Amino acid sequence: MEALNIFIKSIFIDNMVFAFFFGMCSYIAVSKSVKTAMGLGVAVTFVMTATVPLNYLIEQYVLKKGALSWISESLVNVDLSFLTFIVFIAVIASFVQLVEMVVEKFSPSLYNQLGIFLPLIAVNCAIMGGSLFMQQKAFANAGLATVYGLGSGIGWWLAIVIMAAIREKITYSNVPKALRGPGITFIITGLLGMAFMIFSGIQL
Amino acid sequence: MSKNKEEKEPLFSAKNMASLTNPFNKNNPVLVQILGICSALAVTVQLKPAVVMALSVTVVTAFSNLIMSLMRNSIPARIRIIVQLVVIATLVILVDQFLKAFVYDVSVQLSVYVGLIITNCIIMGRVEAFALANKPWPSLLDGIGNGLGYGMILVIIGFVRELFGSGCLWGYKVIPEWCYEHGYVNNGLMLFPPMALILVGFIIWIQRSRNKDLQEK
Repeated sequence: MEALNIFIKSIFIDNMVFAFFFGMCSYIAVSKSVKTAMGLGVAVTFVMTATVPLNYLIEQYVLKKGALSWISESLVNVDLSFLTFIVFIAVIASFVQLVEMVVEKFSPSLYNQLGIFLPLIAVNCAIMGGSLFMQQKAFANAGLATVYGLGSGIGWWLAIVIMAAIREKITYSNVPKALRGPGITFIITGLLGMAFMIFSGIQL
Repeated sequence: MSKNKEEKEPLFSAKNMASLTNPFNKNNPVLVQILGICSALAVTVQLKPAVVMALSVTVVTAFSNLIMSLMRNSIPARIRIIVQLVVIATLVILVDQFLKAFVYDVSVQLSVYVGLIITNCIIMGRVEAFALANKPWPSLLDGIGNGLGYGMILVIIGFVRELFGSGCLWGYKVIPEWCYEHGYVNNGLMLFPPMALILVGFIIWIQRSRNKDLQEK
C-alpha cells in the first residue's frame, strides 16, 4: 500500500517538472515533437528506475554516518556523507555510459533513435534530483526507492509528452512573434503546472 | 596549443569584455540559451536564497571554466564528460560545505538545489561550448559573466515573487500596513511554482520584443 502511495504521489503530486522544475533544460529543448519526447521519456524513466535504488544502496551501506559498520565495528563513526554529490553523479554518469554501450551493442536501431539524448541524460537534473530527494525522504527499503524512481521517471515522461503534443498543435496558431519558441513554452508549462496543482490537496 | 593567435592580448580587450557582458543581454544563459532553468525557478520564492544561489553558481561556473580551460589540452575527448563532472562536483561540494558553515538557514532552504548545481546545464554548457576551446583568462571571464547573467534573472524573479507574493523584500515588510487595511491582498499564487515559469515566459517576451533578431520565425 505504501508503495502505491509513493508511486501515485511521485507521478502526480510531486511531479518532477511541474512541482520542482527538474530537467527543464531538456524538457524545453526536446519537446518539439511527440516522437523524440517519447524516446527521451523512456530513457529517463529507465535510468531513474535503476539509479535511484543503486544510489539508495550506496547511501545505506557506504555514505551514511555509521553505514560502514558492516565491515568492522571500528568504522562506526565514519561519516562520508559529504561525498554524496560526487558519488551520486559518478554512479549516474557511469550508468548512462553503460546503458549507451549495451543499447549500441544489442539494438542499433534504438541507439540511433536515442543517439543524442542518451549522453544528455547524465546531466538531466531530474535524475540527480530524484537521487537527492530519495536521500532526503529516507525510504525504509530499496523497494520503495525503486518505486519512487519509477514514479518520478513516469511523471517526467508524462510531462514532456503532454508538452510535445501541445507544441505540435501550437505550430499552427498565431502566437505573438516575440513569444514564439521558449516564451510560450514556459507560459504553457506554468498553466499545466497550475492544472497539476489540483492534485496537491489529495491525502494518500 | 593555439600558437597562431597573437600571444599578447590586453586583459580587458574588447573581445574579453564581450564574453563578460554578453550574458547580460544578447546571450543570457537563461533567456536565450535556455540553460539552468531547473534551479533558477525553485529558489526564487524569496530574494535571499535567490542571491545566495546566484553567487554559488557564479563561483562554480567561473572556476569550472578556469580549471577545464587549463586542462583542456590534456584530456582525451572520450572521457571529458566524466572529468567535467568530477571537477564540477568537487567545486559544488566546496560551495555546499561553505554554505553549511556560514549561512546555515539559507543552506537548509536551498536543500537539494545546491547539489543540483552539478547538473545545472549552464555549467556543463559553458565548459563544453567555451572553456574547451579558449584560454584560461577569457574562460574565467565567460564563467563569471554567465553566472551573473543567470543571477540577474534569479534576482528579478525573486524580487517580483517576494514583493507580490508575501509583501516583503529580503524578509522585511515593504508594503505598508495601510494598503492591507484598504483591501490590498498578497497574491498567494506568486509563491507557487507555476507562477515562476510564467514570469520567465514574460521576461523572455519582453526581451525578445526588444531584440528583434532573437525572435523565431
